[in-house]
Amino acid sequence: MTSRPASEKTPEFASILYLDGVSVSFDGFKALNSLSLVIEPGEMRAIIGPNGAGKTTMMDVITGKTRPDEGEVFFKGNIDLTKHDEAYIANLGIGRKFQKPTVFESQTVFNNLELSLKGDKGIMTTLFAALGDADVARIMEVLEIIRLSERANWLAGNLSHGQKQWLEIGMLLMQDPDLLLVDEPVAGMTDAETEQTSDLLRKISENHSVVVVEHDMEFIRALDTKVTVLHEGSVLAEGSLDVVQNNQRVIDVYLGR
Amino acid sequence: MDFSSTKKGPFVSLVTGLPGGGKTFLGILLVAALLVPLSNLLVPESSFFHVPTYMVSLLGKYLSFALLALSVDLIWGYCGILSLGHGAFFALGGYAMGMYLMRQIGDRGVYGNPDLPDFMVFLNWTELPWYWTGFDMFPVAMTMVILVPGILAFIFGWFAFRARVTGVYLSIITQAMTYALMLAFFRNDMGFGGNNGLTDFKEILGFDLQSDGTRLGLFVCSVIALAFGYLISSFITQSKLGRVLIAIRDAESRTRFSGYRVEYYKLFVFVVSAVLAGIAGALYVPQVGIINPSEFSPAQSIEVVIWVAVGGRGTLWGAVLGAMLVNWGKSYFTGALPEAWLYMLGGLFVFTTLFLPKGIVGTSAIWIEKIKNRQTGPASTIPAYVKEE
Ligand SMILES: Nc1ncnc2c1ncn2[C@@H]1O[C@H](COP(=O)(O)OP(=O)(O)OP(=O)(O)O)[C@@H](O)[C@H]1O
Ligand SMILES: [Mg+2]
Repeated sequence: MTSRPASEKTPEFASILYLDGVSVSFDGFKALNSLSLVIEPGEMRAIIGPNGAGKTTMMDVITGKTRPDEGEVFFKGNIDLTKHDEAYIANLGIGRKFQKPTVFESQTVFNNLELSLKGDKGIMTTLFAALGDADVARIMEVLEIIRLSERANWLAGNLSHGQKQWLEIGMLLMQDPDLLLVDEPVAGMTDAETEQTSDLLRKISENHSVVVVEHDMEFIRALDTKVTVLHEGSVLAEGSLDVVQNNQRVIDVYLGR
Repeated sequence: MDFSSTKKGPFVSLVTGLPGGGKTFLGILLVAALLVPLSNLLVPESSFFHVPTYMVSLLGKYLSFALLALSVDLIWGYCGILSLGHGAFFALGGYAMGMYLMRQIGDRGVYGNPDLPDFMVFLNWTELPWYWTGFDMFPVAMTMVILVPGILAFIFGWFAFRARVTGVYLSIITQAMTYALMLAFFRNDMGFGGNNGLTDFKEILGFDLQSDGTRLGLFVCSVIALAFGYLISSFITQSKLGRVLIAIRDAESRTRFSGYRVEYYKLFVFVVSAVLAGIAGALYVPQVGIINPSEFSPAQSIEVVIWVAVGGRGTLWGAVLGAMLVNWGKSYFTGALPEAWLYMLGGLFVFTTLFLPKGIVGTSAIWIEKIKNRQTGPASTIPAYVKEE
């Protein structure tokens, strides 16, 4: 690894995710502006910010979809994420839920989970793959967690919006990632579903690192975790929800939009 | 809950593992493979049930088209890659076979040159170009039938898929590819017979191409090739890899973020498809007796897509059915109303797009499912490909 961030503690990595001075611009417009962010192993972090703050773009950078113009992005201390593509990064152990729930609509819920199963994703392995009993058991377990056991044989396209959100989270669980990036998980959900989702994410965060982007403040409050406020591509404030909500700059940004 | 379809291992016998429709399809092929030769050989010519030899070759031609349609369905119906240039792979397979058949003519050509095909003598060439070497040997030619389309597809796919060219842009460059090849093969100095192509074939493996027996043999080979293509395609689409292809078709970026190297999956299925198309071309040429650059024409490739759309993309036997029906219609109407055929083909495509978006097979599967639902309440067993948008 060439330039290791000086602040980083070695040899045991201190951070699961480390972003420093990351900038991305689209046709001159800075979607990310020298963004720095550190997530500790096992931490759950909520990220809020007005529309266009750069939350999704940040996830694009972490998952290899967008290359940053400048800045460093490290996973587990020394893996430079700017050098890899989406598939590689996914197999490294970073799972991502899209802002618009995206599942394989013309396949069953069961097969959606099967496709997301952790393991060798090479052509020949996939061509000759057979599902073992342990795999089926794992799929059943995840179906239970995401409350879709009854829907296992449904086509994913026939699920409700909220159920699709859960299925996509279930697909992340099948990948068994170390870090989950969850973009707007409760958009379009009923209050009851929202509550179930915050329970679900809290449970997941017991043994995974999780980054959650949301606009729903009730939901963020229920997550009961550290909050980062993004604005115009960089961090505006960080701390508990109460602290950031009383931060004058945050109030200005939210009222002024 | 029954997950047997997902759980079953890969080495379950190719045939017993087929879904019901697949077995029926292979059964029909087998019956055709037996009945057509029997009725050609044993039923007296005066009988209604006699299949004349020209009809045997016509059916053989349809079968080779069906294999071509299958190859297009494999990439388009299952992986969303709309190739508008698959005729190129078909034609290349056909040319490889044609080169072998040319060499089989030997000194029976008009100029009586034992080594050079007539068109080369006519061009005052004195020796065979290097790339014709070995084509007098059947195994070499058959290897080329597979290798040439396969390698072209690999190179094309390597660049296109890695650069993440998708959708309309990909379709356009496949058109450009087949168009460029057509222009190249039109040139006399390419050494493939220019605008006349390769023709006047005499024998294949020593058998007279005009004889009834050879024609029946080619027909049976076409049946076997189609069955083989069907089994391969079915194995691929029934496997987990097939489900990855559908995932790519429906949500490419989700598939990437689930850890699959999408470009390699596309490359794999594109190459398999091109090889099947090449084999189809190799069967087509001896049965129609000619291969020329018009097989590369962009319109030809577009026609194949229409066959698949009419039959039902994303269902293997839909592609076969579409190819058979449309080509039967073409044979009939180009005889009966020659000027009208192109309009009818265009009209058929518009009609299919508007009223049968899933093609004949897909749309009827939806109806059957609806009738079933009326009896038993909503079920979730609708096959993936017939989901209504
Ligand atoms: N591929 C792109 N090309 C051009 N502009 C882009 C692109 N992706 C994002 N942007 C712009 O970058 C800015 C940040 O977008 P981003 O999607 O990251 O915001 P966000 O914080 O996720 O907002 P939201 O809460 O609405 O989801 C927006 O102004 C957006 O228009
Ligand atoms: Mg966003």
